[in-house]
Amino acid sequence: MAWYIVRRFLQMIPVFFGATFLVYFLVFSLPGDPIQALFGDRAVNPAVADQLRAQYNLDQPFLVQYFLYLKNLVTVNLGNDFSGRPVAEVLAQVFPVTIRLAILALLFEAVFGIIFGVIAGLRKGRFFDGTILVASLIVIAIPIFVLGFVMQYVVGVKLGWAKPTVGAEAGWSDLILPAIVLGLVSLAYVIRLTRTSIIENLNADYVRTATAKGLSRPRVVVVHILRNSMIPVITFLGADLGALMGGAIVTEGIFNVPGVGQRLYQSVLRGEGPTIVSIVSVLILVYILANLLVDVLYAWLDPRIRYA
Amino acid sequence: MRFARTSKIVGLAAAAALALSACGGGGGGTDGADASAVITANTTEPQNPLVPTNTNEVGGGRVVDLLFEGLISYDASGAPVNEVAESIETKDSKNYTITLKPDQKFTNGDPVTASSFVDAWNYGAAAENAQLNEYFFDSIAGYDEVSAKDSKKKEMSGLKVVDDKTFTVELAQPESDWPLRLGYTAFSPLPEAAFQDMKAFGENPVGNGPYKLAGDGAWQHDVEIALVPNPDYTGTRAPQNDGITFKIYSGFEAAYQDLLANNLDLLDTIPPSSLKNFKTDLGEGRYLEKPYAGNQAITIPGYLDEWKGEAGELRRKAISMAINRPEITKVIFSGGREPATEFTAPVIDGYDADIKGSEVLKFNPEEARKLWAEADKIEPWGDKAFTISYNSDGGHKEWIDAVANSIKNELGIDAQGKPYATFAEVREIATSKQLEGALRTGWQADYPSLYNFLGPTFGTGAGSNDGDYSNKEFDAKLREGLSAKSPEAGTTAFNEAQEILLQDLPAVPLWYQVRQVGWSENVDKVDTAWNGVPIYHQITRK
Repeated sequence: MAWYIVRRFLQMIPVFFGATFLVYFLVFSLPGDPIQALFGDRAVNPAVADQLRAQYNLDQPFLVQYFLYLKNLVTVNLGNDFSGRPVAEVLAQVFPVTIRLAILALLFEAVFGIIFGVIAGLRKGRFFDGTILVASLIVIAIPIFVLGFVMQYVVGVKLGWAKPTVGAEAGWSDLILPAIVLGLVSLAYVIRLTRTSIIENLNADYVRTATAKGLSRPRVVVVHILRNSMIPVITFLGADLGALMGGAIVTEGIFNVPGVGQRLYQSVLRGEGPTIVSIVSVLILVYILANLLVDVLYAWLDPRIRYA
Repeated sequence: MRFARTSKIVGLAAAAALALSACGGGGGGTDGADASAVITANTTEPQNPLVPTNTNEVGGGRVVDLLFEGLISYDASGAPVNEVAESIETKDSKNYTITLKPDQKFTNGDPVTASSFVDAWNYGAAAENAQLNEYFFDSIAGYDEVSAKDSKKKEMSGLKVVDDKTFTVELAQPESDWPLRLGYTAFSPLPEAAFQDMKAFGENPVGNGPYKLAGDGAWQHDVEIALVPNPDYTGTRAPQNDGITFKIYSGFEAAYQDLLANNLDLLDTIPPSSLKNFKTDLGEGRYLEKPYAGNQAITIPGYLDEWKGEAGELRRKAISMAINRPEITKVIFSGGREPATEFTAPVIDGYDADIKGSEVLKFNPEEARKLWAEADKIEPWGDKAFTISYNSDGGHKEWIDAVANSIKNELGIDAQGKPYATFAEVREIATSKQLEGALRTGWQADYPSLYNFLGPTFGTGAGSNDGDYSNKEFDAKLREGLSAKSPEAGTTAFNEAQEILLQDLPAVPLWYQVRQVGWSENVDKVDTAWNGVPIYHQITRK
């Protein structure tokens, strides 16, 4: 197992470099001149533009730019964004916020998704099951920004239960409403996955055996059915963590959350290579680690799975 | 141009109206403010350190404007008022002697002296400092030398310190409206401490304005910027509240929701998605609509063959008369724009709605068709499409499409918008003169003067002359206006210059910008200035 994890970590290295190279290349290929854009509609004094280009290495060919970036990365110097702020500082500010948001959303979808999914699965074809199926279908069908604006208006403005936008500190309690919106669509998927999986396992031989042995119903459900039904759900949740972190642009926008998605969106518009690549690199790491965690969890959930 | 970015940021919100309204921070920490009279207002994250010569966008501009006091300021109507300047004197519009008021201080206790201005301006103009507002100093003698590539020279020859309270300015050529520019934040003084480490200074700027930062680190990136009144301030913009806390949003939708929940006191732009219903949402007495010094146009480049010569001139007029401005401003902007009648803006001193030739900006489909047919006789248009290039991240799509449709319907030619993904992309094409059709252009005045709308955009070889327009008579009229002995004579010359523009139509003016501002139930006395920026210092808490 330990060797397996080490090998997985080694595999991360080419993935990381390949991905950063690709992203850097994409940013480099973006049309438009970011320095010109800094000046708005004004013509730029070429001397000043050259000065700024040199400052951000924009006057170098692509490969040189990329290697300069890598060189800086090794010395833990991520460079500055176009407003002169160190990118490292930007990362240190936006990631904790988005991590809190993603964890809350993940908890929300995992806890409620599995509970509702289990109940629906055990009561297949009954009223609760039908209601949950219809409700989850509706949630999947509605675009997330519609859900976001409606929740913001109803809960934030009309009812006043929460602030319509996230507070300055973006603390745990401020992020509950956005996290619910962010997790809603995945919640629907988790419910459906859990339900299907449970139904499948309900008829399995080992469940019949467990029941025949005289084990209590809760023990059969939790230890035998649920544990064996979790593999597809865990796979989904693991992949979803990455999606929640990188894909929260819409939700972060609606609720004015100063997180990763917002910053990334702005940086793409401004063509800030170092910021984009740094943020994406961290996202890639998160994604890879989440996948590793999922694979390790498999072995724990199903002892038949062995890694060597 | 300080608000160049606004269109982009407003646009961001609009492009994003449904999907991506963007974010920032805000909320939380400032709620205890109710006890004292602190006002919360929206802004965007400043795109640069808060250094006056390097802040050219609205998010940082409004903060810098409150932190620093220049030689003059503008009152609500745009008229100049002496602030740090005791007097600004000239006999020939070329050599100016500036005397400062006594006992002016920065908030760190340093005195504001003639050197505070001269050093700051030299810093701003020098190429090695790469300041985004460097072009503001281009009228001063010696600018060409310090702004050249790899220049070793760091001081403009036109600036001379006479004594602590006096300095002289020599311009490269006479410019009668030059003193009017001095209220722009780029001309603010800087304390000596700034020059030791400008980057650190930009994080915690020390100024001489009506407000100061509420301590070190009062600018929390992407979250808020807290300002408190400067107790030593003696100018005309004395704060009527206990401070302004700017909450940072990068879109207006989220800010608008905060405004509805009384979680934000002042929102200086109503998001496009709420234009139709904001009046009922907020109710009477909680919003304001006021024109300001900005306009929107489509520029038709002079370097394109089909727009040159007599046929080109007829076509330009036909295009202009085929655009139903009143209808579009009503339908697309819910009345939030005013159809243009010339090339400047109504709030500018000297504005004239009836300049000779302005009928070309009125909707007149019959005449438009007639002129287009005449042009076709000279040189057939064929089945080309008339395109309007624009940045699709700027919220312009709706009205560009409406303008294109109006042209298409009235002239029977193919007309369409040509979107580019980002502002950067469309600017690159415009500045490299690669346009194949018309271009969306907006202009917001840096200082309240007719010349500021005409010179930089239509003067031969001028910085923002995207259409490459060049007309010797027009240039001569501009020079005549600049060297005029009185403002009235200047106005006459500038408006005569506009007659030439109305004849040549290097750009087709569309409408004037109107600022829509909303405020919470907790504040009072909200108004906007000539440039559309709220007059923050006079807002009071109920």
